[in-house]
Amino acid sequence: MTTLILAEHDNAALLGATARAVLAALEIGAPIHVLVAGHNATGIAQSAAKLEGVEKVLLIDHESLAHGAPEPVSEAVVAVAAAYSHLGAPATTYGKSIMPRVAALLGVMQVSEITKVLSAHSFERPVYAGAAIETVEATADKIVFTVRASAFDAVGEGGSAPVETVEFTPTMRTSRFVGRESAGGGGPDLASAKIVVSGGRALGSAEQFNAIIQPLAEKLGAAIGASRAAVDAGYAPNDWQVGQTGKVVAPDLYIAVGISGAIQHLAGMKNSKVIVAIDKDPDAPIFAVADYGLVADIFEAVPELTKAL
Amino acid sequence: MENAVKILVPVKRVLDANVAVRVKPDGTGVDLTNLRMSMNPFDEIAVEEAARLKEAGIVQTVTAVSIGPAQATDTLRAALAMGADDAILVKADGPVEPLAVAKILKALVETHQPDLVIMGKQAIDGDSGQVAQMLSALLGWPQATFASKVEMNGSIVRVTREVDGGLETIEMDLPAVISTDLRLNNPRRASLPSVMQAKKKPLEEIDAASLGVALEPTLRIASTLPPPGRKPGSRVESVSELIDKLKNEARVI
Repeated sequence: MTTLILAEHDNAALLGATARAVLAALEIGAPIHVLVAGHNATGIAQSAAKLEGVEKVLLIDHESLAHGAPEPVSEAVVAVAAAYSHLGAPATTYGKSIMPRVAALLGVMQVSEITKVLSAHSFERPVYAGAAIETVEATADKIVFTVRASAFDAVGEGGSAPVETVEFTPTMRTSRFVGRESAGGGGPDLASAKIVVSGGRALGSAEQFNAIIQPLAEKLGAAIGASRAAVDAGYAPNDWQVGQTGKVVAPDLYIAVGISGAIQHLAGMKNSKVIVAIDKDPDAPIFAVADYGLVADIFEAVPELTKAL
Repeated sequence: MENAVKILVPVKRVLDANVAVRVKPDGTGVDLTNLRMSMNPFDEIAVEEAARLKEAGIVQTVTAVSIGPAQATDTLRAALAMGADDAILVKADGPVEPLAVAKILKALVETHQPDLVIMGKQAIDGDSGQVAQMLSALLGWPQATFASKVEMNGSIVRVTREVDGGLETIEMDLPAVISTDLRLNNPRRASLPSVMQAKKKPLEEIDAASLGVALEPTLRIASTLPPPGRKPGSRVESVSELIDKLKNEARVI
């Protein structure tokens, strides 16, 4: 038994979700190899080699892998799959685009977004937007899985695994990269931040969203999130959305400002360690999951909070 | 030729998104008895996108397909009312895993020869998010997951995708597979006349078994349980009390 974790990177740096997927792999109990599939990705392989618990790093370097296109990347994973009992990746948009392809090419199901490893063959995962937790047993000789990063801590960086280069040439028809537009922001990454401050529709406008939420987030060194209602209303960009259809976060502290707490939002944040809700509606469902609830006008309470910190 | 593009749209019948989920006390699953079922919301977006491409004259036919029990006919009629031209029900009782769904869809693609498959990025019951990618891999077609914008130009489709950290734009040559994200469009509500008209549109029924795909689940669901509850929280009266609690009780700031 050996586990292969597909490293997530943007061809400039190894991304944090990889170290969390490695921790999930450690709990499986088998030796861990990490695959870096990219172009001019030697530096990324060296970063992956430092992850604690990693026994070996495989580097597949090919120009077709420069933008992480799922067709050649999944082919690259399959090219080395024979040696592995378990193949996993973080359940980010990168991992989610690639791993089901890997599973299909290997003829097995994927166990999606595991939140707990019970044994090498048994995993917990949420279904129905987190309203139920399934225990799934996989008996195939290859187990393909994705890891919900917010459910696992990251491993440290004291390792020094060897890097082995693997030759690979893709054959599948593929999509072509045109361009990428980052959402900007510049604050900490939402998925891995220790503190998240999220705003909802009650903020009323993009201007007020920025004026109320940003200073508090800055003061706390927090990432900024948003409810779907706030995103749909144009107060915040898409990729700030926390929820079933956005990002799933589990920071130490989650501050929900002017968010009612629809099921779809709760699915994205209810595993946060401490939840604070500030809203003027005392009956808002968000208060049912909040450790500390403050019924107040957000336009007064939040600036006061920012100032007092 | 430009107008001859055919789209296949797989749709799933799921527990309505607004119905509260009840987990069965014996841990064997979620209780669906007598509860409202609807088309998976991401699939509605897929049907809407296909209907818009047809209305724009870019696409010739839109075929909706659903795999499931006889009641999935309702889901297909809903797709027909939104603008699909015809529908296929692949009859299967009991849950069908994403890989089997992908294999069934592959068989349908081979017989119906669509140029594009558009489907939801995930179903809100199993939350697996696998079928589009699996189908694409099995067919050897390119894929564009999490689409928030689709532009077709002849045999090239340009898709903007919602990815972590922003948006990515890619191009694919047809045939291809697209999975839809929430912001691709706002699905229409079918009008009464279109609902009536949908009843007359062709709906073919075939048996899943006839496609030669194994339907037995390969993953065993050992239990389905409610998530652990949170311990009850408390209300604070003021900002200063909140700061005090966060510093001295929760110790998170």
